[in-house]
Amino acid sequence: MAQVLPAERDLRRVIGDGEGVPDGEVEGLSEDDLLELHRRLVQLRTYDERSLVYHRQGRIGTYAIFWNHEAMQAGSVYALEREDWIFPSYRESAIGLLRGMPASTVLSWWRGHPTGWWNPADWNVASICVPIGTHVPHAAGLAWGKKLRGESACAVAYFGDGATSEGAFHEGANFAAVMRAPLILFCNNNQWAISTPLEAQTAAETLADKAVGYGIPGVRVDGADVLAVYEATREAVTRARAGDGPTFIEAVTYRAAPHATADDPSAYIDPARVEEEKERECLGRYEAYLRRLGLLSDEAAEAVRAEALERMREGIAQAEAEPAPDPALLFSHALASPPASFDQDLAELRRVLGG
Amino acid sequence: MPELSYREAVRDALSHAMREDDDVFIMGEDIAEMGGSMGVTAGMLDEFGPDRVRNTPISEMAIVGAGIGAAIQGMRPVVEVMYEDFTTLAMEQIVNQAAKHRSMSGGQLKVPLTIRTQGGAGWSPGAQHAQQLEGWFVHVPGLKVVFASTPTDVRGLLWSAIYDDNPVMFFEHRTLYGIKEEVPDDLEPIPIGKARVHREGEDVTVVATGRLVHEALAAAQEAEGEGVSVEVFDPRTLQPLDEDGLVASVKKTNRCVVAHEAVTRMGFGAEIAAVVQEKAFDWLDAPIERVGAKFAPLPFAPVMEDYVVPDAADVLEAIRRTVGR
Ligand SMILES: Cc1ncc(C[n+]2csc(CCOP(=O)(O)OP(=O)(O)O)c2C)c(N)n1
Ligand SMILES: [Mg+2]
Repeated sequence: MAQVLPAERDLRRVIGDGEGVPDGEVEGLSEDDLLELHRRLVQLRTYDERSLVYHRQGRIGTYAIFWNHEAMQAGSVYALEREDWIFPSYRESAIGLLRGMPASTVLSWWRGHPTGWWNPADWNVASICVPIGTHVPHAAGLAWGKKLRGESACAVAYFGDGATSEGAFHEGANFAAVMRAPLILFCNNNQWAISTPLEAQTAAETLADKAVGYGIPGVRVDGADVLAVYEATREAVTRARAGDGPTFIEAVTYRAAPHATADDPSAYIDPARVEEEKERECLGRYEAYLRRLGLLSDEAAEAVRAEALERMREGIAQAEAEPAPDPALLFSHALASPPASFDQDLAELRRVLGG
Repeated sequence: MPELSYREAVRDALSHAMREDDDVFIMGEDIAEMGGSMGVTAGMLDEFGPDRVRNTPISEMAIVGAGIGAAIQGMRPVVEVMYEDFTTLAMEQIVNQAAKHRSMSGGQLKVPLTIRTQGGAGWSPGAQHAQQLEGWFVHVPGLKVVFASTPTDVRGLLWSAIYDDNPVMFFEHRTLYGIKEEVPDDLEPIPIGKARVHREGEDVTVVATGRLVHEALAAAQEAEGEGVSVEVFDPRTLQPLDEDGLVASVKKTNRCVVAHEAVTRMGFGAEIAAVVQEKAFDWLDAPIERVGAKFAPLPFAPVMEDYVVPDAADVLEAIRRTVGR
């Protein structure tokens, strides 16, 4: 039995506050790395903000906003290799961008258009999971498969604080721990699950405490500190590749936006608290850090934003240019070998559509 | 007679029962401050407090399982599963436990639990948030299954479900929450197992559930213009089924169309057709027509969703097909 230490209490931080709390640094990250991380944060932020507008224009369906969650996504993915698998929840819908997936693909996914169905095997990014926590066992199984095949890749499952209440989370975490599967359990603790606050979700003092029960390390990190997230994930990946099994990372942030576009948080969240949290949002904090290091000028920051906006404009144009899908797809993708009943349904549909 | 929306009617029945009976309480995800994902329980927290209007962790299996635990001591909990798609996470509790406790205790244990849930297409929520799964549960001995389509029905039937000594799966349809109807001044319980004839007719009986009741009524209106008189028959409770009412209606009209939003193949409509042919074969003048969703996972894009789920036009076509024979 490996000895497991109690889960951490304090949040790991690298970025200081420019006043009393000094800036730290992450060993092994070059200036280029630091700027690349910035570019990625801006890319995600731009995608999210433009998507919200795009939703308001009625051009995509319900959209899960991830404003102030970018550091968790960009920081953790930066610690992965391309061979490692990502299992996103709806909150990480655009995480593929970090692997070069075109914005038009993600936008098309939110438009319900077939060009939004990326092939998970092309990107090592699994399909987005909307039922809460369901994908944790999938990630455990993929990680176990990698181990069985003697491959070095690991898997990361992203889920929220609320997801830790689901049986699937518990069973998946326990399963991976027992099998010493190379899995990172990455919990985005934004302290809300729709209208339910963390203290109504768990009686544990921290979510990382749950790791103790599975016999794996539980790490707590400031989820709005991209460098701390990166470092904690890198450590977990190293453990996973060394055959030491899963790590639970609790990244603490705050959901400073509605749960999704259909949600009105005024009934349950104190708006003053939201405003306070917005002050501490992850991109601004990282930019201030880079400026203190003398690595980011106004012009450079502007250029990064302009580039991200341009990519997004291209993405929207491309997604909009896609022709309407063929209804036959409804049937042709449902089973590997469509039964005769599908042909009958399709013929009926074509008749109704008059084509 | 007050006018209530379907949403208000559900709330009214719950509040009524909770005022009269301390053993009735509700729990589910986001039902307290937020009033549930569909606003059904809005305001109830203020009246009944956080213990009886209980926000739970995101744990569907525990929500239903704990409901069973409360029920076997004689309480009458009403638990909410936010989307019927997520009853899948609680299937062990519903199918193997709630439905079986009575018979496996030799009839000594009762589980007066009501499981409210909602779902349905029409607003494009995709393959995992829009299914109509009521047909799964009618197939399980030990459960009752209700699917109300109007404010009056949902109010009276929810009351009966709460006071039924059996576990009841209580389905609501997402697109119906806003519809209004005049309801009785005093809440009148509606017996489980009794259908409602929405409109009398001579030429064909349309047996419809949930949203399709309203689509069937629209189709019946159209058909009338074509000289076809349509009877719209809503079983309201799928298990038990009002077989006598159903058979009487078909014996009168001699034709039958079954319409539900759930997929047609292997569906609840097939059971209706089986009952009709078994008990009214000699009265039938035409094959029974079925209307339902195509056999494909529900797509996310609104246009594609439209292709899959049925509406009034599909019901009308089925009516024309059956009277044309
Ligand atoms: C199995 C299941 N139950 C309920 C829901 C409805 N639902 C959607 S998001 C959500 C809250 C999730 O909160 P959390 O896990 O903290 O993730 P966050 O949205 O904060 O990123 C709920 C209850 C669902 N999608 N799946
Ligand atoms: Mg959350």
